[in-house]
Amino acid sequence: MSETEVNPAICKSTGLPRKRFYRARAHSNPLSDSHFPVPISPSHVDYSLHYPQLLSGQADSSRKIQFADIGCGFGGLLISLSTMFPETLMIGMELRDKVTEYVKERILSLRKANPGQYQNVSVVRTNSMKYIPNYFEKGQLSKMFFLFPDPHFKEKNHRRRVISPFLLDEYAYALEVGGIIYTITDVEELGDWMKSCLENHPMFEALTEKELEADPVVKLLSSATEEGQKVARNEGQTFQAVFRRIVPSDQTS
Amino acid sequence: MEVESKKDVEVAPAIIAVHPDGSSVAVAVGPDLRVFDLRGGSAVSLVDDPAAEPFHKDNIRAIRFGAEGRLFVSAGDDKTLKIWSPHSWRCISTVSSEKRVTAVAVSNDGGFVCFADKFGVVWVVDLDPPLHDKKPMPLLSHYCSIITSLEFSLDGRFILSADRDFKIRVTSFPNKPLNGAHQIQSFCLGHTEFVSCLAFVQGQEFPDSLLLSGSGDSTVRLWDIISGALLHTCEVANKAGLLESDSKEDNHGHAITDLCTVLDGLLVAVAIQSLQGIVLLRCNVSSQTLSVSQVVSVAGEAFIPTCLGSSPSIGNLWMVTGVSSLPGCNYPSLARVRVISGIDVEQEPVVLGDDNIPGGEKLLETLQGTASVDDNAFLAAAEAVKTAMCNLLIKKQYPAENRESRKKTRNDRKLKG
Repeated sequence: MSETEVNPAICKSTGLPRKRFYRARAHSNPLSDSHFPVPISPSHVDYSLHYPQLLSGQADSSRKIQFADIGCGFGGLLISLSTMFPETLMIGMELRDKVTEYVKERILSLRKANPGQYQNVSVVRTNSMKYIPNYFEKGQLSKMFFLFPDPHFKEKNHRRRVISPFLLDEYAYALEVGGIIYTITDVEELGDWMKSCLENHPMFEALTEKELEADPVVKLLSSATEEGQKVARNEGQTFQAVFRRIVPSDQTS
Repeated sequence: MEVESKKDVEVAPAIIAVHPDGSSVAVAVGPDLRVFDLRGGSAVSLVDDPAAEPFHKDNIRAIRFGAEGRLFVSAGDDKTLKIWSPHSWRCISTVSSEKRVTAVAVSNDGGFVCFADKFGVVWVVDLDPPLHDKKPMPLLSHYCSIITSLEFSLDGRFILSADRDFKIRVTSFPNKPLNGAHQIQSFCLGHTEFVSCLAFVQGQEFPDSLLLSGSGDSTVRLWDIISGALLHTCEVANKAGLLESDSKEDNHGHAITDLCTVLDGLLVAVAIQSLQGIVLLRCNVSSQTLSVSQVVSVAGEAFIPTCLGSSPSIGNLWMVTGVSSLPGCNYPSLARVRVISGIDVEQEPVVLGDDNIPGGEKLLETLQGTASVDDNAFLAAAEAVKTAMCNLLIKKQYPAENRESRKKTRNDRKLKG
């Protein structure tokens, strides 16, 4: 594209994509059989396309993604984490294709504006409730984020919630022992639900108050994302649950 | 047209199960469950609460013997699971499911029966004590996928579930399964279509962890379930020479429909949707590869098996083809049973004629519903089963040009007018 050509979707002064050209419905049905490419297995994903600067050399191909932001939305958390953990590869997963496009553009323009930075973040469009095992190997992740997920109030739609007893089995599979799962919401009912799902799961234990205070990531949960900022603007309450992946006590093998 | 395709969805293939000691054979077609006692040479009449007749009110989707033949289970579209004693053929427990049942498995010690429903949830029933109307507890779930096959590992440590989203999940089967099975050992990923069937490579010299899977991508794959590693891919349809003959056919035409180990796992019989007969695969343990040993054709009639069964003690392979009620057919349901005997690494196997079949004409009358068969009907049946399987397990493809018009009923579009 030549410099003179003006792309209205990109802001002229900052070079960042403009959100109003990436409007999408707030909700997406995770049960629908959408059509997007799904990798056959984690080894089938070419991550050098996602992290061209960090993974271009063959020697670095052993580096693996460690953070996953499930339902990353417009990518606010990823952008904050990127500079906080510059050595860690992280990925956002988002079901809405327009929003994914926005995050892609955002990362590209940030990389352009800040050479050498934001090389460790990327985004994919996928249904993480179905395809986590297609992207991550067992115990690959050290942090998983579920920030302001769709509350799905109706009882009939509870099975669409991204935190559920069965899906936690898959998240526990992808997380390493000691890995941490972060959840936050501004809906009290959903907050209680996520907390009780995690509390009742034998492979997760809550972080203590002390540990929560010591973890710099916890502060980002409510401040870094677009949803979190919206809640703060409205002076709303948030409910978080942060749990650690543990080895279940009744493990026999 | 709409109605017709709907009917296609509803048909269920005929399925077969053989008692591990070879003493009886069961065939389910539509809602009918038929059992033949090979030792006594007579049909078995199943015993259940008289009020419960017919035993199943809709298509039976899964039958199997479990716990070394101490149990028999049947389940299907009527959302009912029945557990039978193969000694008395009395129903010892009836379990209600919320959804249609697609697959069943019995733990090796006979303590638990697991079944998968149409929503991808696997449920577990504690058989101690074996009461009626026991409440099943959820064990694990594949997120809104259809589970096609459930299997316990040979050592009983794992439960395996295969689904239409190309994956096989290996989960530790806990000591207290009623609290759920949370520890995923591995995922076996590599198939590029729905996984239709699972079978373990059995036998003394084999490690416990070798798994075979058949799929809509017309391959059989060999896995190590502990690591989930794909050890070998055998393009069965290709190797058996099916692809050259009709290369124009859509690629779903050669889906693997069933796998059955024979001769203690030295050979594996494979049923393919387009093959009148079976393919025998040989599993080489040291090189961890699969190779086509031979193709056994059923001559003289159109026989595409929908399900395979065998007992390890006797070297016979039982095959059934058929379908629940077929539109425009005289019979309410169709079933045809054939047996291949003398399966051996060295020998040439023989497809037994109806006069040589174990149990003779009586068995055919019992399991097929009639001793005589109408050849043409079975080709139509095979076609119907194939369509039903595709409709059920293959994601629908919508051409891009129709996509916008399909969205016009969406609420947000309606508002825009």
